Amino acid sequence: MTTQRTDTPLVQLKDISISFGGIRAVDHVSLDLYPGEVVGLLGHNGAGKSTLIKILAGAYQKDGGEILINGEHAEINSPRDARDFNIETIYQTLALADNLDAASNLFLGRELVTGLGFVDDAKMENETAKIMARLNPNFKKLKEPVSALSGGQRQSVAIARAVYFNAKILIMDEPTAALGVHETQMVAELIQELKKQGLGIFLISHDTREMLELCDRVSVMKNGKLIGTERVEDVTEDDILSMIIMGKKPDKAA
Amino acid sequence: MARFFRETELDTRLLGMLGALALIWIGFHFYGQMFRGGGFFLTPRNLWNLSVQTASIGIMATGMVLVIITRHIDLSVGSVLGFCAIIMGVVQVNVLPQYLGLGHPVIWIIAVLVGIVCGTFIGAFHGALIAYGKIPAFIVTLGGLLVWRGAAFLVARGETISPVDPTFALLGGGPYGAIGSTGSWIVGLLGCAAVLGLVVLGRRKRRIFHITQRPVWAESFIAVVGCGAVIGAVMLVNAYPWPRGIVRRYAAANEIEIPAEGLFISHGFAIPVLILVAVAIFMTILMSRSRFGRYVYAIGGNPEAAELAGINTRWMTVKIFALMGALAGLSAVVASARLGSATNALGTLDELYVIAAAVIGGTSLAGGVGTIYGAILGALVMQSLQTGMVLIGFDAAMQQIVVGSVLVLAVYLDILYRRKSK
Repeated sequence: MTTQRTDTPLVQLKDISISFGGIRAVDHVSLDLYPGEVVGLLGHNGAGKSTLIKILAGAYQKDGGEILINGEHAEINSPRDARDFNIETIYQTLALADNLDAASNLFLGRELVTGLGFVDDAKMENETAKIMARLNPNFKKLKEPVSALSGGQRQSVAIARAVYFNAKILIMDEPTAALGVHETQMVAELIQELKKQGLGIFLISHDTREMLELCDRVSVMKNGKLIGTERVEDVTEDDILSMIIMGKKPDKAA
Repeated sequence: MARFFRETELDTRLLGMLGALALIWIGFHFYGQMFRGGGFFLTPRNLWNLSVQTASIGIMATGMVLVIITRHIDLSVGSVLGFCAIIMGVVQVNVLPQYLGLGHPVIWIIAVLVGIVCGTFIGAFHGALIAYGKIPAFIVTLGGLLVWRGAAFLVARGETISPVDPTFALLGGGPYGAIGSTGSWIVGLLGCAAVLGLVVLGRRKRRIFHITQRPVWAESFIAVVGCGAVIGAVMLVNAYPWPRGIVRRYAAANEIEIPAEGLFISHGFAIPVLILVAVAIFMTILMSRSRFGRYVYAIGGNPEAAELAGINTRWMTVKIFALMGALAGLSAVVASARLGSATNALGTLDELYVIAAAVIGGTSLAGGVGTIYGAILGALVMQSLQTGMVLIGFDAAMQQIVVGSVLVLAVYLDILYRRKSK
């Protein structure tokens, strides 16, 4: 992985800023992400992690800075734009319409249609069954509204949505927050698998230990500013914690 | 019993509503028989009239479902109906005859289009204020309720505009505004063919995608009941003959000899009812088979998720209100055609009946839930209550009390039902 740094990064966020009512939620933050790499974002609640990745996902519009995808300037003003760049996002809230079934949620905004332009429910249900068999073999409630599903099952719907459409860049905002031990392990395995396929993944989590296991690099944010980005093999858990809490880079960081 | 419902995949809520409707109909009929010297409810004549009276509210209720599913409300539909009716009245009575001559065959077409376009624009305007101006729908349409009623008065200076174009008037029903016996049988057979086609198509689709089939007996049951209902409706509307006076005039005009036992000419389906059926089919397909419908439900279930899924929720709001406006315009056609004139009071209080119909039909004010057939059944329930109480001689005050109480009771029962089915 170390040798990849000469390639063009998959994503470059340059000097990104955004303010809400005079508060700088993200303050001149720069990050990059390479193919087959997992970059973790750490920080307190309100540090600006979710806001930053929502800019990449098209949910928020940045006030300043530039986004480059594969080295080229990318204009991302809506979730639809982000999708056109093969950016898929799993939101912390999961962003599911509770009254619709798994298939409708999976294909929301990208429904499969028949020749006449009608939504093809049978085909979507079939496709959903296929991907669910791969991601979560216990998943059986295809016909029921997702409000009837457990936390883990809902999470698999959200993950399936991101994976199904061949994402190149995956954003995962606390993907394991609502999950049990077994399901968390499944997500970890999935991340490893997607990594092997060459996806770039931004991962947000509060669990420092989990992050050190899953990520190649971690970036720490505090009060909207980027404190630093470190390779996981160069830092200890304590180093990361002090960055999160004190907002300072560890002395030994090169 | 439980197995029966599971295998047929019938909506128990729908059955509940049909049961309630049957109860109301039978109740009024027997009440009349016992205390008023005759049951007049379950007669072809009354049920035919009931179908015509339901049309106007029913058409609008299908649009209100979308509005309520997306967590909005439209209080202006009655006034928009009144305004569109007046505009159509002016167009077909005061304007077009000057240029085309009285009774020109395109007058009614232009009038109808003007009415629908007028409603669409008003609806889109409301929708834009709600979506882009971020003014709550309640306020925008409360304002609209007053504005359009006032505007209707101003346009015609409070006058009643009549008579409407004779072809236009057929859209409101009446003996001439119905398609007769043969036409009704054709509609009925088409209906049966559609029921059978849907069953067969459904089976084929399930086979292609390896989804478990419903048992054959369940499919047959649905097909038989569906076709039976359609044929029953045809026989009912054909059992209601034209009144003797109209038959006499018709016979004289067409030089037909009236036999001694009288001439039996069936009404058949009334045109406004067919308009309602067409609207219902269109709206059902829109809601269950189109992306637009899917997005309506998604926005109702979770607006933020819909937005993140790339759905332009604001533009959707404009489209939903425009559709509601178009349906109010269409409803104005039916209502003013039925009355034979356009008055600025037309549609007064309709907004409340339309909202009540949608809500009784199971549309949740919390958003995300609602069906087109439910709203139409809701409209039928409301209208049945009204008609029934008139037939058994309840006065207006009593009618209001009953309708209001039934609305609250229906929603309460619905809440209980949902809590239990969760």
